[in-house]
Amino acid sequence: MIGASLGRIGAVAVFLLRVLGQCPAALAKPRAVIHQIYNAGARSLIIIMLCGLFVGMVLGLQGFDLLQRFGSEDALGVAAALGLLKELGPVVTALLFAGRAGTALTSEIGLMRATDQLTAMEMMAVDPLRHVIAPRFLGGVIAMPLLVAIFDIVGLFGAQLIGVQLMAVDPGAFWSQMQAAVELDDVNEGIVKSLCFGFACSLIAVYEGYHAPPTAQGVGLATTRTVVVSSVLVLLIDYMLTAAFLGR
Amino acid sequence: MSAPPVCIRDLYYAVGTRPIFAGVDIDVAQGQITAVMGPSGTGKTTLLRLLTGQVLADRGRIELFGESVAEVDKAGLYALRRRTGMLFQNGALLTDLTVFENVAFPVRAHARLPESVLRRLVLSKLEAVGLRGAAELMPSQLSGGMARRVALARAIVMDPDLLIYDEPFVGLDPISMGVIVRLIRELNETLGVTSIVVSHDVEELASIAHYSYLLSEGRIVAAGTPDELARSEEPVVRQFMSGAADGPVPFHFPAGDLAADILRRAEPRRRRS
Repeated sequence: MIGASLGRIGAVAVFLLRVLGQCPAALAKPRAVIHQIYNAGARSLIIIMLCGLFVGMVLGLQGFDLLQRFGSEDALGVAAALGLLKELGPVVTALLFAGRAGTALTSEIGLMRATDQLTAMEMMAVDPLRHVIAPRFLGGVIAMPLLVAIFDIVGLFGAQLIGVQLMAVDPGAFWSQMQAAVELDDVNEGIVKSLCFGFACSLIAVYEGYHAPPTAQGVGLATTRTVVVSSVLVLLIDYMLTAAFLGR
Repeated sequence: MSAPPVCIRDLYYAVGTRPIFAGVDIDVAQGQITAVMGPSGTGKTTLLRLLTGQVLADRGRIELFGESVAEVDKAGLYALRRRTGMLFQNGALLTDLTVFENVAFPVRAHARLPESVLRRLVLSKLEAVGLRGAAELMPSQLSGGMARRVALARAIVMDPDLLIYDEPFVGLDPISMGVIVRLIRELNETLGVTSIVVSHDVEELASIAHYSYLLSEGRIVAAGTPDELARSEEPVVRQFMSGAADGPVPFHFPAGDLAADILRRAEPRRRRS
């Protein structure tokens, strides 16, 4: 069990090195990477924005309920901004990304394997790692911080909608306290997390797809593994990064 | 004298404990169409995978253009593959690219041609397979026969020295089959390309092949021109050429006694209930 897990981690690490080795060549032909940013990013926009809005609204409700017990409801903007920037934005976006874009990547690559498309490339002396995997990996890594930024903005709008419009928190206090309390380090924490999550989710998605057994059941299981492994990994990395940032 | 395109000597290969090849020798002559025939499950496609270095043999030597596929590095293997075009059973077209882009794909990957030159090259290859008019279609809009012709255009776009066809006639209607037969013959004659056709369609192969090998149970059981195979008195050759259901290649997969098998399999169900 432990041996198999270590073997798997080793296989993912070797695969990562091979993919990273192909990334410069993939970046030299940016059209494919841009296309994958569109696939992973733009096509996830609606679900990201919708969930960002609801998460922000819940944050507004819960934050207001908590803060008014201490008479500090003016700090709702700060609470919402820090919650979204540092935690909820990156984590929820990464979980949604794993469920939407990650599964799409895994099933697409798995089906390409099952229908001999990857083998055909190898037979044309074209390395699939360079032409299929590296652009998709880079597309995911680049799309994630952009999605997180959009999630944060829409989330703040949702929190403002509830706090200011519904609960009558003073709009001046909402925005000015946020501006005063949120520092660049808080934003950086969110950016670092989103990059790490994008890296992990994209790697797992392309790895599982590339190594999926070429059967319907194989592709299905690989897709499931993408969601499960990515989700656990995101939460694990989140804990480690949070501890690292707080320990500075 | 240049090395023969393909030379296989004393090939042994097993999947797990099941032997697939046990001492296979094959020579493919320059400029000829060589057919590799055999019943389903004899490892014809596996032979192509071994030949193109997708899997490695347990023993023996496989040479492509005089170089051992097991001994070259990845760059060397890719260099050999650039001289080889392969037509897959299902076409294996890239489903997110148009017909034009599918054919242009290997050229874009290996050469930097001006777009006008690339367009002329791709359209001429599509014209050769009769599908210039389908250049802007997606693979999902093509019939099985059309997809295979597009895959053939893609296989010849880099002007290979060797063309490998994996079951090119499977699942085609008689017209499409006739088109593919004609294309294999014409490409062989006009481009002077060496061809290996792996199939079990005896009649079609007899009409185009210069030389044929018959594989059965891991060995070459017969080799010769189509006429020589047709006249062969070997029981396994006779069975294959005539399409008899039973003979040296048995109808039944090896199994024990039927009654014992039924009773043995019924046992666990009874216990569960």
